[in-house]
Amino acid sequence: MSITVENLSYVYLPDTPMQKQALFDVSVHIDDKEFVGIIGHTGSGKSTLIQHFNGLVKPTSGRVLVDGVDLTQKGVNLRAIRRKVGMVFQYPEHQLFGETVFEDVAFGPKNSGVPDAALEDRVREGLAMVDLDLDVLRERSPFELSGGQKRRVAIAGVLAMKPAILILDEPTAGLDPRGRDEILSQVQSLYQAWDLTVILVTHSMEDIARMAKRLIVMDHGRIALDGTPQDVFSNADKLRSMGLGVPQVTTLIHELHRRGLVQRRDIFTLDEAESEITRVLELKRHGNA
Amino acid sequence: MAMLRNITIGQYVPGDSWIHRLDPRTKILATMALIALLFLVQSFPGYGFAALYVLAAVYVSKLPPRYVIRGLRPLLVIIILTLTLHIFMTDGRVLWQWGFISITWEGLVRGAMMGTRLVLLVLGTSILTLTTSPIHLTDGIESLLKPGKPIGIPAHELAMMMTIALRFIPTLLEETEKIMKAQMARGADFESGNLLQRAKNLIPLLVPLFISAFRRADDLAVAMEARGYRGGEGRTKFRELQFAVRDGACLAGVTVFTVVVSVLF
Repeated sequence: MSITVENLSYVYLPDTPMQKQALFDVSVHIDDKEFVGIIGHTGSGKSTLIQHFNGLVKPTSGRVLVDGVDLTQKGVNLRAIRRKVGMVFQYPEHQLFGETVFEDVAFGPKNSGVPDAALEDRVREGLAMVDLDLDVLRERSPFELSGGQKRRVAIAGVLAMKPAILILDEPTAGLDPRGRDEILSQVQSLYQAWDLTVILVTHSMEDIARMAKRLIVMDHGRIALDGTPQDVFSNADKLRSMGLGVPQVTTLIHELHRRGLVQRRDIFTLDEAESEITRVLELKRHGNA
Repeated sequence: MAMLRNITIGQYVPGDSWIHRLDPRTKILATMALIALLFLVQSFPGYGFAALYVLAAVYVSKLPPRYVIRGLRPLLVIIILTLTLHIFMTDGRVLWQWGFISITWEGLVRGAMMGTRLVLLVLGTSILTLTTSPIHLTDGIESLLKPGKPIGIPAHELAMMMTIALRFIPTLLEETEKIMKAQMARGADFESGNLLQRAKNLIPLLVPLFISAFRRADDLAVAMEARGYRGGEGRTKFRELQFAVRDGACLAGVTVFTVVVSVLF
């Protein structure tokens, strides 16, 4: 499923002294089965933008099309859209309410009309995708789980709806490095296993660089950069002026490149940097020998 | 969600008008004078003067008039109810009758007066909150309540409770909106169904909201203790309230105006 945004503008609290324009004439197309990272400073409009993708926020002007359906038209079945466009909010564990893990995860599929007999499978599948076992957790209260487990249960609640597009808003915020890696690798394997379109909002360059095939950089309510990680991270100065940065290894590689020690500049994961530097060192050793 | 944004209670609009700069105590007293005036006058010219007072205040405050009037919207139902009750329930000279329903001249007059009184009351008091930051407002209330301390009025504690309550209105509204969106993304429906169904649908909103309110209260209590808070005893202030010449002028003007208008009309 694809998402198309045309000339989208959004004004927050119009006609009040607190009026503030959050998005300015944004146009973007996200194709079926893309893995897109949206990055931007706090207040750059990235969260507002993604909330247009399932009709939670109505544009002040412009159009949003999901799978060809114009969400701004009257009479659009938004619940059907929201079933297909799954959205995991920031700190999703704050939305947990069920008495048991089962009840909470089943909330979404139940609302989207999954018959009771099939609920069990949906819940089991959703939990399995985040490495949790329904048989262990079924009757547990979600509130007595650990922080990382709570978050995974909340994400399972969205996955159990079997969306075709998965949007995650800062899914790793406030997690320790291990929890962060777990969530990200689960997202990665979901992307491959379910043929999903994934939109990942973050301000961690490290996370996004090794996962997304396309990056959209937001700045002050506009799209500042849009392209492959190579394209985007080659604009290191522009990113820095927007209060963002490039991954630390990229800064290192850029510096080595400036001193003429490596040829490539388009490196943004630790593994790549390691192999490039070893390669250069090997060459050097052979050259000297 | 649009409804959440219409709540202007406790909303402060920063500005630099003459009214914004008045001492909060002056503004509280002037608002009380307006309330007294509205309950003392009994004739239309009296309400005219009270309206003039409110309009002048809006003008001097430089607030956008449309925004001030918007504050009336949540009270529309109450105002219309008052009007209808007075129009149909007052005895007197009958103007129109249909079965047992009748409209009297006295009813029309009373209804109009009550309606005006309510509108002016809300507008007048909202100018106070719109031009005074919550911190100043509670400082003012604390200072005005202080003389009651010997007879057991806990001025500081009341003021602190008010500050915290006001401070958390926007936070909780924001939280509500966020949780509503998260549950709507999971197919929750807050808008249709019968009364019982709707109440049941609120559970996924209310449970997380209560949990977050308790979490915030807990965090706040710890943060206050960590900074050595132990009530108002011996506490000094960073910003001292200070009466200026304009406060004296304003209070004198308001007092004279209120007394003269309420005696004459």
